[in-house]
Amino acid sequence: MILLRALGLMLLFLLATLLPASAAEADLRAIIAKFATAANFSATEAVVRELAATGDPLVERPLAALAEGSLYIRKADSLVFVGKEGGDSVELLDPLSGEKSGEAAKTDITKIKVNNTLRRVIRDALGTLTLGAKDPAVRIAAAATMFKTPDAANIEPLDAAIAAETDANVKALFEQARAASVLVSDRPEADKLAAIALIGARGDRDALSLLTSVAANSQGAVKDAATAAIGNINSTLAFWDAGQNIWYGISLGSVLLLAAIGLAITFGVMGVINMAHGEMVMLGAYTTFVVQEVIRNSFPGLFDWSLVIALPLAFLVAAFVGLIIERGVIRFLYGRPLETLLATWGVSLILQQAVRTIFGPTNQEVGNPSWMSGSFDVGQLAITWNRLWILVFSLCVFALLLYVMKRTPWGLQMRAVTANRRMAASMGIKTPWVDALTFALGSGIAGIAGVALSQIDNVSPNLGRGYIIDSFMVVVFGGVGNLWGTLVGAFSLGILNKFLEPYAGAVLGKIVVLVLIILFIQKRPRGLFALKGRAVEA
Amino acid sequence: MRGNFSTITKMVSAGVVAAGLLMSVQARAADDTIKVGILHSLSGTMAISETTLKDAMLMLIEEQNAKGGLLGKKLEAVVVDPASNWPLFAEKARELISKDKVAAVFGCWTSVSRKSVLPVFSELNNILFYPVQYEGEESERNVFYTGAAPNQQAIPAVDYLMSEDGGSVKRWVLEGTDYVYPRTTNKILEAYLKAKGVAAEDIMVNYTPFGFSDWQTEVSAIKKFGSAGKKTAVVSTVNGDANVPFYKELGNQGIKAEDIPVMAFSVGEEELAGLDTAPLVGHLAAWNYFESVDTPENKKFIADWRKFIKNDKRTTNDPMEAHYIGFNMWVKAVEKAGTTDQDKVIDAMIGVSVPNLTGGYSTMMPNHHITKPVLIGEIQADGQFETVSQTPGLVMGDEWSDYLPDSKDLISDWRAPLSCGNFNVATGKCGGKGTN
Repeated sequence: MILLRALGLMLLFLLATLLPASAAEADLRAIIAKFATAANFSATEAVVRELAATGDPLVERPLAALAEGSLYIRKADSLVFVGKEGGDSVELLDPLSGEKSGEAAKTDITKIKVNNTLRRVIRDALGTLTLGAKDPAVRIAAAATMFKTPDAANIEPLDAAIAAETDANVKALFEQARAASVLVSDRPEADKLAAIALIGARGDRDALSLLTSVAANSQGAVKDAATAAIGNINSTLAFWDAGQNIWYGISLGSVLLLAAIGLAITFGVMGVINMAHGEMVMLGAYTTFVVQEVIRNSFPGLFDWSLVIALPLAFLVAAFVGLIIERGVIRFLYGRPLETLLATWGVSLILQQAVRTIFGPTNQEVGNPSWMSGSFDVGQLAITWNRLWILVFSLCVFALLLYVMKRTPWGLQMRAVTANRRMAASMGIKTPWVDALTFALGSGIAGIAGVALSQIDNVSPNLGRGYIIDSFMVVVFGGVGNLWGTLVGAFSLGILNKFLEPYAGAVLGKIVVLVLIILFIQKRPRGLFALKGRAVEA
Repeated sequence: MRGNFSTITKMVSAGVVAAGLLMSVQARAADDTIKVGILHSLSGTMAISETTLKDAMLMLIEEQNAKGGLLGKKLEAVVVDPASNWPLFAEKARELISKDKVAAVFGCWTSVSRKSVLPVFSELNNILFYPVQYEGEESERNVFYTGAAPNQQAIPAVDYLMSEDGGSVKRWVLEGTDYVYPRTTNKILEAYLKAKGVAAEDIMVNYTPFGFSDWQTEVSAIKKFGSAGKKTAVVSTVNGDANVPFYKELGNQGIKAEDIPVMAFSVGEEELAGLDTAPLVGHLAAWNYFESVDTPENKKFIADWRKFIKNDKRTTNDPMEAHYIGFNMWVKAVEKAGTTDQDKVIDAMIGVSVPNLTGGYSTMMPNHHITKPVLIGEIQADGQFETVSQTPGLVMGDEWSDYLPDSKDLISDWRAPLSCGNFNVATGKCGGKGTN
């Protein structure tokens, strides 16, 4: 009897759990169907809010799809689907279950339009819905959203989430989000003061933003506490700002170093005023583009390796073009700097126009591999991966070049020819050959700099133009003929620039740097690290 | 060496003969064709934008010829390359008008190139169609402005951001490249925002040089400015090549359009072609045309363009539409006047109405500016814009901004008897600011 009753209870329980679920699903479908009739953004927003108000975790799929712009209406029957694009047709998925429900041509369906306001509403709604998600990253994102959009209604779900949370990091974030919501609620003052203390301890820009609006909209002890917390945060941020300027300076310095290091060979070591140096950088960037195109079309799996593959190719392409320029033009002009300048200027125009004719005048898209996208935080400092990798890469290139110059027989010959050409020749060194290879090396290095610069700049025929002046500035400032000078010059110019920029603005900052360099060159015409000996007179 | 030399002489003389033949052919052709000048940079920094316009013009001329030409004559395009060199624009314009005797010129992109050719056009009395959005504060008898004036782009864009749909923005960053168009536009916008009650400390203005590529400091300054507890937006008049690194840095530093949207006036489909737009979805642009506009006229235009350029991935953009409108207006005005005589065509132009690509008609107004709709679009993951807002009617180009103290009393009307580009309604006199 007891068994029977238990069984009956179980059945009832099962029914109770099953029935409302399917009924709820039917309700959800009814709400989702309203998307088809929503005429404008505010109507769509109303549907989103209605969906979010159900609090059913099932609505995550359609809402996320809507935010991404992949929610479609089939014109024939006004049914709503999640679409997965592939070529000309779109694969239709059920908005709730995610099951495949056929395909449709692009012309047979219409995309539900979203704008920023809608995306924000959806993000907030998803924030509350995903508090209990399995993936901690999703929970962290939810906490971040709720922190940015505090709402008194958030306190209860957050309380529940805090109680259930096991991960200490996520828990702390939830507590901060809860504190933010407390501040906009009508809770007692004591609660609010505790909340301000918690948010003040967080100490980042989001906290600052929140406290500023709290300070503006409250009175008495809360306002005082918020103002005090703002003061604290501002002084911490001022410290991080200085750190940020140094990091930006180092990062700009690494870009300058990369752009200038090839020139440190062709101009610094060989004394050739090479105005086509920037175009070697550009050729390197275009090589990266071609490599990525081939990979995209034929081996999409290798995309993350595209830069590594492009490096040797860019070196070879630029070095080969450099070799042709040296053999074809520059070797007839050694010792005639003015003519070299004009001739290489001409070469640079020819190369630019050639690339423009082959690839077209528009920018080409060079993608960032996944390991070069995004950023990570050190304290209050956001460091972007691509800048960090470029810094590491520029130092590697520098070390490698230093090794070649100082430790290999080829480097020795190069230095010998530069120091005393006739002596070197009489010792049996083929000086014309060394000249050609040195120029090719400098060009090749410029080419691999192009691979790195393609990640942060336009890949267009004008790419090189932007770097040529800066490169000469670095080499002249650092001291012609000295690799270490180029390194120090690049980083000091980078940091100087970035410290001036916040105060003087980018335009004036650049002018100030130029004036300072001119004054410096007046004082020390040979740059920071002047080369001594015969090479100077040659 | 001697052998080489004689080969060279032979080639040169062959070239001279060929050129002579060509010239005589041209001279003979001159009688039964109408020449149209195309003055767009095909090399140098601006080639990235202007080459497309040259091709668009060639397509329009070819299509007109297929329809039987104009006044019973074939149209002939005369293409010159001013090479992004502003003084060369004036020289090439003179060459087109004096030597090639063109009936009208379509050209220029930057404001400085337009300013440099203005004296040539008024001296030699020819017609220039200028297809790019610009800062206004100008109205010339010999120029027809088919791009947007500030009130056809900048002001509606800011209005949109202030509206509830646009996010009720309260704090503004005006970020621009350091030259005349951004500076004037930002001056107008600053005055406009202040008139709307925005406090001075809620506006940040910043300029960067042409081709600027290291945006770290600027983007973190925007982030900082945006964390003052008020909804913030960036209005960007950043031009040309500097845009790609700007947007890349925005993406890398995690500035999302939902938090701080960027509204751009110089970023079109062409600029986005060099970018992975996935992190930029939701950032905005204000134009009078988007490639994504769904009208039969636009579909046909895109199909014709791709066929003409033999590339089914090429995008179309707003200045191309401006040339499309300008060229059709000129054709209509010439037909109306029955001649290509510049004075008669200039008079006939006013009031001419032609279809635009967004499903309406554009009309040439007496101030030599046209009416067009203003569209606000959001960047999509596929590099296209999706229209999120459109002005209910057409907006008439206002050459003299009402928000600048210098120009608020000025109007322009090129119809007789006024015939003045800068008539001061306060003093009742023609002249003053902007007199060239």
